[in-house]
Amino acid sequence: MNSITPAVHARGLVKKFGDLRAVDGIDLDVPRGMIFAILGPNGAGKTTLMRMLATLLHPDEGAASVMGHDLKAAPDQVRASIAMTGQFASLDEDLTGRENLMLLARLWGFRGKLARERADQLLATFDLADAATKQVKDYSGGMRRRLDIAASLIVTPGVLFLDEPTTGLDPVARKSVWGMIRQLAGSGVTILLTTQYMDEADQLAARIAVIDHGKKIAEGTPRELKVATGSGFLHVAVADPARLEEAAKLLELHLRAAVQRSAEGGRLAVVAKSPKDANAALGALIDAGIELADFSMGSPSLEEVFFALTGKAKP
Amino acid sequence: MIGLTQVARPPAPSAFSNALVFGWRAVLKFKHVPEQLFDLVMTPIMFTLLFTFVFGGALAGSPGSYLQVFLPGILVQTVMFNAVYSGMGLSTDLSKGLFDRFRSLPIWSLAPFAGLMVGDVLRHTIAGGIILTIGLILGYRPEAGILGVLGSFALLITIGFGTGWIFIVLGLLIRTPMTVMTIGFTFMFPLIFASNIMVDPKTMPGWLRAFVEVNPVSLMTSAMRGLMGGTATVEQVGVALIAPITLTLLLAPLTVWLYRRQ
Repeated sequence: MNSITPAVHARGLVKKFGDLRAVDGIDLDVPRGMIFAILGPNGAGKTTLMRMLATLLHPDEGAASVMGHDLKAAPDQVRASIAMTGQFASLDEDLTGRENLMLLARLWGFRGKLARERADQLLATFDLADAATKQVKDYSGGMRRRLDIAASLIVTPGVLFLDEPTTGLDPVARKSVWGMIRQLAGSGVTILLTTQYMDEADQLAARIAVIDHGKKIAEGTPRELKVATGSGFLHVAVADPARLEEAAKLLELHLRAAVQRSAEGGRLAVVAKSPKDANAALGALIDAGIELADFSMGSPSLEEVFFALTGKAKP
Repeated sequence: MIGLTQVARPPAPSAFSNALVFGWRAVLKFKHVPEQLFDLVMTPIMFTLLFTFVFGGALAGSPGSYLQVFLPGILVQTVMFNAVYSGMGLSTDLSKGLFDRFRSLPIWSLAPFAGLMVGDVLRHTIAGGIILTIGLILGYRPEAGILGVLGSFALLITIGFGTGWIFIVLGLLIRTPMTVMTIGFTFMFPLIFASNIMVDPKTMPGWLRAFVEVNPVSLMTSAMRGLMGGTATVEQVGVALIAPITLTLLLAPLTVWLYRRQ
């Protein structure tokens, strides 16, 4: 193991359930210290992929290593360097928050008072100190989620797997989990998360792999994914309204797409396949001596991206 | 944030210490869910009282002499029924995803089962102790004294341990705790009623008596009576141990296989 090995390195992972190829040949490289999102609709294979990487399922084909440890050859080393927070809070409802954390701390090897100290540190960090002696069945959804993530951090993992970390949370709880994930990444933990929310991947992840029907259909930074779908919008404001028509014609010529005029009339918007095309079109305007008050390249939403990639309206 | 600073792993604990932690969890469950203790002992207390006073006179001449025969049997019945709890607990843990967390930890993979067993042994000891106390109050007298009672409790826990594997396997196979209980009881009821626990087999039709006499529950009950009454033979205890030992030898490896299969 050296510092250059990626946190997760997978080649050709396959998992079959009967006739269903839940994961159908996925390659994945997650660099260390990154928040990496696996985006896809329900049933796309996200959870199955993550469970394989967390040693909970044996892949039928393919190979993978996590923090430099081979999944098949050294599952114990993999387990020692990861933590997983499943889709449903994996906590003992009958025990208190503190007892849940102490249980796991003891399993990791914290003895006596140390287990209690570690539990209390995490409770304080996750704003659960007041609920330390409450049974988990009396926790709210957001509190459970926080405790669940805290339970994954008894020992700082190399990679933290988060399976749909905000599914079912209200907007406030969701924001607070996002904040926590960012802070964790800031402390150097690699985070691999699955999500079916476009905005979540966009907000958190440095890279996104889009998965559908067990296959990876696209991967890149959020920006790259948006650009790859070619549905960016170039917005232009012309300084001299008299030259608006001329500018619209030039844009149409260079981008081969219909130009829309804004309601107030001073702005033009047109689909640009890439920043390069947009740049060329802008260049043509400047070459023609048309003065621009302002211009911007607007991103399509990830929802539009997913639509463009899969032809499905909504994941 | 103090909790988020890098925290390294302490020296790996032993498999035994992992198992103890799960045992601690079982004890915590008793603390937080005292209701389960109620379930655990109310049924056998009810059985003891009803059978002793309602049927005792008819079955053995007097409630007192019936209790003398019935008490060791109700102990066997109680641990066999109570063994269902670990299977139900396991099924709950699996359906809630708790086992996924345990399985993704670098711990001895059988530690969670060892913890269930610790919980079982505690349950059997508590329930057995309460029933014996009630029996003593009602006039039951173990002729073999303290040593006989200790010996019978050792056998009792072995019986519960052996039976526990049935429910652990069911718990691994079935994701709804209630179904584990229903299926378990469906098999358990005929075994327990068609035994010598409540009624002397001499009064039963020949075909049934033939079954009752080889029913492992009868063999275990006879050994319990022998140990508490001071008349036990080595052979009696030996045949009583066949069922729990066979169940353990068959089902423990099956449990490991089912657990690792995924």
